[in-house]
Amino acid sequence: MSLLRLLTCGSVDDGKSTLIGRLLHDSKAIFEDQLESITQTSKARGHERVDLALLTDGLRAEREQGITIDVAYRYFATPKRKFVIADTPGHVQYTRNMVTGASTASLALILIDARHGVVEQTRRHAFIASLLRIPHICVCVNKMDLVDYDVNVFNRIQSDFEKFAARLETTDITFIPISAINGDNVVTRSKHMDWYTGATLMHHLEHVHIASDRDLINRRFPVQWVIRPQSAQHADYRGYGGQVASGVFRPGDEVVALPSGLTTRIKDIHLHDQVLESAFPPMSVAITLEDDLDISRGDMLASPDNKPDATQDIEAMLVWMAPEPMQLKKKYFIRHTTREARCIVNELKYQIDVQTLSREPGATQLGLNEIGRVSLRTTAPLFVDPYRQCRETGSFIVVDEATNNTVGAGMIIDR
Amino acid sequence: MAARDYILNHLAILEAEAIHIMREVAAQFEKPALLFSGGKDSIVMVRLAEKAFRPAKFPFPLVHVDTGHNFPETIAFRDRLVERLGERLIVASVEDAIAAGIARDDPGPTPSRNRAQIPTLLHAIETHKFDALFGGARRDEERARAKERIFSFRDEFGQWDPKNQRPELWNIYNGRIRPGEHIRVFPLSNWTELDVWQYIALEGIEIPSIYYSHEREVVMRDGQWMPTSSFMPAKEGVAAAKRIVRFRTVGDMTCTAAVESPATTVEDIVAEVAAARASERGARMDDRTSDAAMEDRKKEGYF
Repeated sequence: MSLLRLLTCGSVDDGKSTLIGRLLHDSKAIFEDQLESITQTSKARGHERVDLALLTDGLRAEREQGITIDVAYRYFATPKRKFVIADTPGHVQYTRNMVTGASTASLALILIDARHGVVEQTRRHAFIASLLRIPHICVCVNKMDLVDYDVNVFNRIQSDFEKFAARLETTDITFIPISAINGDNVVTRSKHMDWYTGATLMHHLEHVHIASDRDLINRRFPVQWVIRPQSAQHADYRGYGGQVASGVFRPGDEVVALPSGLTTRIKDIHLHDQVLESAFPPMSVAITLEDDLDISRGDMLASPDNKPDATQDIEAMLVWMAPEPMQLKKKYFIRHTTREARCIVNELKYQIDVQTLSREPGATQLGLNEIGRVSLRTTAPLFVDPYRQCRETGSFIVVDEATNNTVGAGMIIDR
Repeated sequence: MAARDYILNHLAILEAEAIHIMREVAAQFEKPALLFSGGKDSIVMVRLAEKAFRPAKFPFPLVHVDTGHNFPETIAFRDRLVERLGERLIVASVEDAIAAGIARDDPGPTPSRNRAQIPTLLHAIETHKFDALFGGARRDEERARAKERIFSFRDEFGQWDPKNQRPELWNIYNGRIRPGEHIRVFPLSNWTELDVWQYIALEGIEIPSIYYSHEREVVMRDGQWMPTSSFMPAKEGVAAAKRIVRFRTVGDMTCTAAVESPATTVEDIVAEVAAARASERGARMDDRTSDAAMEDRKKEGYF
């Protein structure tokens, strides 16, 4: 069984919680006691039918206000796949939550209210999905029941979306007309939309091809933890623990250790008592080397003829996540793969207006939920690839030195 | 070299993620510890720690918050496992904490040491200066947990602030803290109950016998079969019955309900869990107190 991580974007009004409730309910991921609990709450609130949205309202404050304010993770499985949903709120003031959910997603599910069509929020969600390089977008045109299941409404929305999507990086976009509240085309085919011949949402989620999304070419292994038993039995053992970021590693492969630049060969790859023929993303393994090199956490193993860029100057798109604005020349911590350094932002080249998606030069600071193109200088070299090539070696977070809070998320771009 | 040759199934992906999290904690913190309850989730964490750190020892001890109301089978299992692993076990005793005036017994109608665990644990954290604690909690268990980070920040009072959580992106974890603060870490966040059981079956992991069906004396309380014990004997006039039961979770004998089940092997349990129509936490009386019971306890410093 494979695993698909997906992001759901939309607001309460789009029927997002209802759709997720429907997916959980129809895939039988909801237990009777949970259903009983929300049935009672629905009755107490005077709702005519069970409000499936209640299933996903997590925290008390959210239940009281009837909104979703954070990233919530939901799980369901079918015989074909296990699904992890990152459920994030849709409003502009929650952009950072959506970016967080998007960072690990393979598919973005964008909800559009059929009555309202493509709105500013739709464009923003599609832009963030593209910025975070979610490889697949699935646009669900919801509430088709409220527009008499009209094919023309659906076609117009699809064409509107495609017009601006031409500017985005995501190329795999699927459109599905649904009614989450009635279940049309969610798990079972709609009886009301004979004109739609594509897959139901569940069928699409089960079959979307994700195996090729990973980079199996460029070998990158950030060393996370050096395993050195202090015992006579394993006196000479020195294993490098880590998670493969990209590429395929095999025993006998020649590798270069960064930053030293020394080369050696892989002796063996294992996990506890299990010996492995190869290691590929996202496996966590231990690697031993033929030669005794001085390698520690934060170093990286790569191919000698295909190395990441070792640099202290980073060009990136930066999403700001803290109420205190990003300041030029201020010192921050930067965490990239298993490496940590300090950094300053030397330049803010432009800011992206997330409403219009236009570039606005001349900005001097980034506020909460704002996105800008920046140049950073770090105290030590980082081993980086463009984010478009590899999410793991192309991403970083910025941490405030005073509060220790995570204040920024960056995606490295080609210089 | 086709991409289809390099596919991991969902259990392998979850395993890789959990190992990455555990190594990250070992690298980022001075004094981590693993909260070990003797339940299946903490037993799975121990297996993952073996995968992350062997052939070396774990770079942290196991910590058991012992309420004194445990199933004797759980304690026996714990001691055997620690012996086999050759790792360090620290027991934080709720009885001792009550005797020292750090914790109080709940004066409620049924004896529960649920709340008393919180000050006991926080005292142990202070005493040993732990800066990171692994917990086996999963996001599928409960609505408040669905929103908790994998690295979950706790202030100097051990409190969780659900509205002020650090953003957590990609597989980059921010473990920066000030003295007195700590991080709770949940490597099994993305696992479901079924995933845990499938992994136990796949890896052939030994678990305490009370997870398997056995004959036991139980009484009906609030529609659930509760085990009788010296901590909670059957009330006068309430008929105790012998039933073939097993436990889906392992908490205290006073708050963990049994389910009638014929499952005697881990494969039986996987099949039972896959077909189950009631949630795992539904058998925990401590979570049935109110809609937000778990959220409130977590804010105070519960696991």
